[in-house]
Amino acid sequence: MLDTLNPPKRNVVPPVSREQYIKAFSWMLLARTVEEKLASLWRAGKIAGGVYLGKGQEAVSAAIGILLKSGDIFGPLIRDQAGRLAFGESLVDIFRTHFGSRTGPTRGRDGNVHRGKPRDGYHAMISHLGSLVSVVAGALVARRFKGDTSAIGATTIGDGGTSTGSFHEAINMAAVEKLPLVVVVVNNQYAYSTPNHRQFACNHLVDRAIGYGVEGYTMDGTDLRSCLEVVAYATERARSGHGPQMVVGSCLRLSGHGEHDDGFYVDKNLFHTALGRDCLKVAENYLQEQEWADEALVETWRRNAKQQVEEAVAKAQREPLADPSDETWCPYATQRLAQALLVR
Amino acid sequence: MSITYLEAIREAQEKALRDDPRVYIYGQDVAAFGGAFKATKNLAKEFPGRILDAPISEDAMVGSAIGAAIEGMRPIVEMQFADFSTLAVNQIVNQAATLYWRTQVACPITIRLPSGGNPGSGPFHSQSLESLYAHFPGLVVMTPATVEDAYTMLLEAVDIDDPVIFCEHKYLYNRLKSAELPESGLPCHQARVARLGRDLTIVAYSAMVHEALAAAEQLRKEDIEVEIVDLRCVKPLDVDTVLASVARTARLLCVGESWPWGGVNSEVITSVVTHGFHLLDAPPQRINSKDTPVPFHVGLWGAHKPSTQVIVAAARRLYEW
Repeated sequence: MLDTLNPPKRNVVPPVSREQYIKAFSWMLLARTVEEKLASLWRAGKIAGGVYLGKGQEAVSAAIGILLKSGDIFGPLIRDQAGRLAFGESLVDIFRTHFGSRTGPTRGRDGNVHRGKPRDGYHAMISHLGSLVSVVAGALVARRFKGDTSAIGATTIGDGGTSTGSFHEAINMAAVEKLPLVVVVVNNQYAYSTPNHRQFACNHLVDRAIGYGVEGYTMDGTDLRSCLEVVAYATERARSGHGPQMVVGSCLRLSGHGEHDDGFYVDKNLFHTALGRDCLKVAENYLQEQEWADEALVETWRRNAKQQVEEAVAKAQREPLADPSDETWCPYATQRLAQALLVR
Repeated sequence: MSITYLEAIREAQEKALRDDPRVYIYGQDVAAFGGAFKATKNLAKEFPGRILDAPISEDAMVGSAIGAAIEGMRPIVEMQFADFSTLAVNQIVNQAATLYWRTQVACPITIRLPSGGNPGSGPFHSQSLESLYAHFPGLVVMTPATVEDAYTMLLEAVDIDDPVIFCEHKYLYNRLKSAELPESGLPCHQARVARLGRDLTIVAYSAMVHEALAAAEQLRKEDIEVEIVDLRCVKPLDVDTVLASVARTARLLCVGESWPWGGVNSEVITSVVTHGFHLLDAPPQRINSKDTPVPFHVGLWGAHKPSTQVIVAAARRLYEW
């Protein structure tokens, strides 16, 4: 297995500090709280369509979100609630998008995880996996044209998404252009119901990095410390001109594909392996082991997260929903084209 | 001094690059080589670093253009042949076409599609895909028929804030010449009456405008005066100009090089029948390429696409109906 990091290079980045760890943990906790609320709203019939959770993947996602800086670019995927929050997403926008509020970033035109603020570097995924990688790469091409040499871009993908042609084309292209792009592959063992052995035949997904001519690292996706260390290293390498970086984090999806799916097909033995650990629990234990936070403090944070989420939900619920009679029904940004359509 | 349709496309790109620092060109073999058809000849020398050779990755070419456009650039993507753009359909129709609708962020990209048949080009270097792209909301689909439109419409494509599929016809590249390039042209959402007539209207676009013009000249000898509407842009579609023409002639024949099923011709006829049924003295007709892949053999290819003779015969039948 290729792992550019192992064994000796890890000391290039400073050790994970208490402050950073707690910051990341707080985003994980908030993301989990948000998603529990989303699931509950979905079960109560308050959300149409699907609800897709990132339970078990918060450590990877939070690590990316907090290691990106202001001015960087982030292309999150469906299980990136923690990273989205850490990158600056407002809580209320999450619920606005799920409810189809007129006030939300997609104004009811798109829902659930398909939200973002692309001009702020926070990209809005489409459902076609792999297709966001080249978009983030292109945003970095633009930054290069504009003389911005400090920004990097990061995007995530699942084990299933790595099988797409789009993923392959984008990483190859980013490597050719030597773009400061960090691609984090979260191998949660299942793509919807399809296990790894029906998805790819290489020994380890990180082995693909060498084929693309990019640096590749592995990390334990259930261990926040590992995620913070490895993602810090990868982002640092990207920032310092070493081209695209591929990071593969392993974990287990601790929910169905969406809330409509009970995940009956998941091999139950996996829950008793290291992969099946709940990263939030692992992180909480680590905080206590390090004596960085005790149970009471974590409980305070938990209550605080709940309160923030309840306030955001209440705010979103008071706001107007999308209304067909207010809709422009015009897909064009160009005013004269929109005008020409209206006249007709 | 004359300038070809192909040179007009090169000149438009040169002007766009010169006038707007946000413009860059991305495509296979477009830099030092100057493009498969030489539409970017010498541009890499003139604008170093702004003409980028792409790997054979149509999906990533368009995806990256979308990302760059979000950041404020104005990318022009050259597909080597329109046919290969199908490898980027997901990025074009799901990502670029929906971006503004979903996020209120515009996606000003131009995708150049060297389109249509040429002798000996066969099934995979001859396709006319305007109907495919016109199906998807959010895309602008331009189909210039003249040297002047090739120039001004490509500049407009780069200028407007929406993703543009620019279908430039390969058959016209070196066959069509004009004395000089215009300063400005009609806006893309307006069709043009290419020939005034009295007896029937032919609606065409791209290379088929020239087949229709040739047919009209033949029919004139029979005292049938054909009016020709050049759509210029098939999405959005200027139905008003078509209806105004049909109001004068009461007969409609649509000619397009793409396949018949659910295409531009169908849309034009549907619009005219819906909004101007009372204007018609005869059932509207259409001529498309035959509903098979585009054949390789020159004789087969000539019979596959609408020709002047087929248009003349159909127009005569419609006139006599």
